[in-house]
Amino acid sequence: MNEAAAIKLLFAVGPSINTRLLAAILASSALLTTELRGLQLEPVRAALSFFVDPIRYMVDMPATLIEQTTQSINSYTALKRENELLREQQLVDHTKLLKFKALEQENIRLRALLENSFKLGEQVLVAELLSVKMAPYEHVVLVNKGTRFGVHPQQPVLDANGIVGQVIRSLPMSSEIMLITDPSHAIPVQVNRNGLLTVAVGSGQISRLNLPFLPNNADVKPGDLLITSGLGGTFPPGYPVAVIDEFNPQPNKPFASITATPKAMLDRNRELLIVWSNSNPIPLTSKSPGKETGSEHNDE
Amino acid sequence: MMNDSLGYGRIILSLMLAMGLRIIPLPSFLAGLNPDWVLLSLIYWSLAVPERVGIFYAWTFGLLTDVLLGRLLGQYALAYSLIIYLCLKLHKRLRQFPILQQGLFIFFCLLLSQLLLFVIKNFQNPAQLHGSFWLPVFTGTFCWPMVYTTLRYIRLIRPNN
Repeated sequence: MNEAAAIKLLFAVGPSINTRLLAAILASSALLTTELRGLQLEPVRAALSFFVDPIRYMVDMPATLIEQTTQSINSYTALKRENELLREQQLVDHTKLLKFKALEQENIRLRALLENSFKLGEQVLVAELLSVKMAPYEHVVLVNKGTRFGVHPQQPVLDANGIVGQVIRSLPMSSEIMLITDPSHAIPVQVNRNGLLTVAVGSGQISRLNLPFLPNNADVKPGDLLITSGLGGTFPPGYPVAVIDEFNPQPNKPFASITATPKAMLDRNRELLIVWSNSNPIPLTSKSPGKETGSEHNDE
Repeated sequence: MMNDSLGYGRIILSLMLAMGLRIIPLPSFLAGLNPDWVLLSLIYWSLAVPERVGIFYAWTFGLLTDVLLGRLLGQYALAYSLIIYLCLKLHKRLRQFPILQQGLFIFFCLLLSQLLLFVIKNFQNPAQLHGSFWLPVFTGTFCWPMVYTTLRYIRLIRPNN
C-alpha cells in the first residue's frame, strides 16, 4: 500500500516540470507587468492577505504580550502619578482648546469675507503599530487597521507630535504606512516663521529629513518649525512636520544643504492616528446656499 | 488516515514559520542580514520530497511572500519558481553531495534569486546598488546547515499512534 502510493507519487501524471515552470513564469510575468503598469491588482492582494495577515499578527504577538504584562505589573503609585500628570495635561489642553474654538470661528468668518474657502476639520482613527519588519532599507510600517475601518491609500498619518507618514496600501485587516523619512517620500512643507514653501524629502535615516530645494540665500535658520503646507492635497495644512537643525550654504552649488529632525517620534510610538480630511470646503457667504449645493453636485 | 508518515501539514506549517521569521522585528543592523528563510525551506523540501513540493508550492509561497513583504505581486513567485526548478532538476545529484558542495549550490541559488529581485526592483524604479543588499545571500548560506537539520528533524518525526 505504502509503496504503491509512493510509486504513484513518483510517477505523477500531469504536465512535465518544464511545462510547469513555463506556466509559473508566464503567470508571474503577467502579474508583474500588470502591477508595473499601475493597474489595480488590489483585490488579489486583499484576498491573499487573509492567509498572510495571521502570520503578521503572530509575529507581533510577543511584543504585544510584553507591553500588556508591563502595563499590568505597573505599581499603584506609578499609575497614580501617571494619572495625575495626564489629568494636568488634559486640563491645560482643554483650556487651550476653549480659545481655539473662538479663533476657529473667527478664522472661518474672516476667510468667508475674503472669499477664500479652505478645508477644516478632520476625523481620526487610532491604529496600533504591528512590530514586524517588512524590508530592511525601507521605512514602511504596518498597522492593525485596514479597509474594514475605511482606511484607504494616501491618507495622512499623525502621532501626538506631528506628521508620521501616509498610507500607501490598505488590506482588509492591516495597512502599510510609509514614513516621511523613507528615501522615496517627499512632503510639501512651509516654514512656520515666514511661510516659505518647499519640499522635505526623506533621507533614509529615521531622525533626518532633507530640504534639497532651497537656495543659498533662503531665509531659514536652525530651530525653525516646518509645518505642512497643504499643497498636493495629501496632507492637511498646518500640522508640524520637523524642526530645522542645520543650514549649510554651499556657494559652489545652486542649493543649500539643509537638514531637519522630524517632530513625530517615528521609531518609538506604537499608537498612530489615521486622518480623514473633511473634503467639503467651508461655504462662502456671498453665494446663495441652493446655488452652491448645485454647483458642488456638478463638480462631483 | 494518511498512509504516509509525512503529511502536507508539516510542510506548510514549516513554510509559514519561515514566513514569520522573514518579518521578525530585528534591530536595524541585524535586519539587513535576515536571510530568505522561505526560499531555504522550499529548497530543503524540494530536495527531500521532490514528488511533493514542486513548482506549484514555490509559486504559491512566492506570491504569499510578495504580499507579506508588500512587494510587486509576482517577483518572489518568479524567483522561487526558477530556483525550485533548478533544485528539482538536480536533486538526485545534490543529495549525494557533501555539505560543502551543497552549501555552494545553495549560495548560487540565493544569489540568483537576489539578482532576479534586484533586476525587477531596478525595473520598477532605478535604485542605486547598496552593497549590503547582497548580505542575506551569505547569511543564508551559513544558515543552511541549521535549516537542513531542523527540517530533517521535522520530516522524520513519527506521529504516535
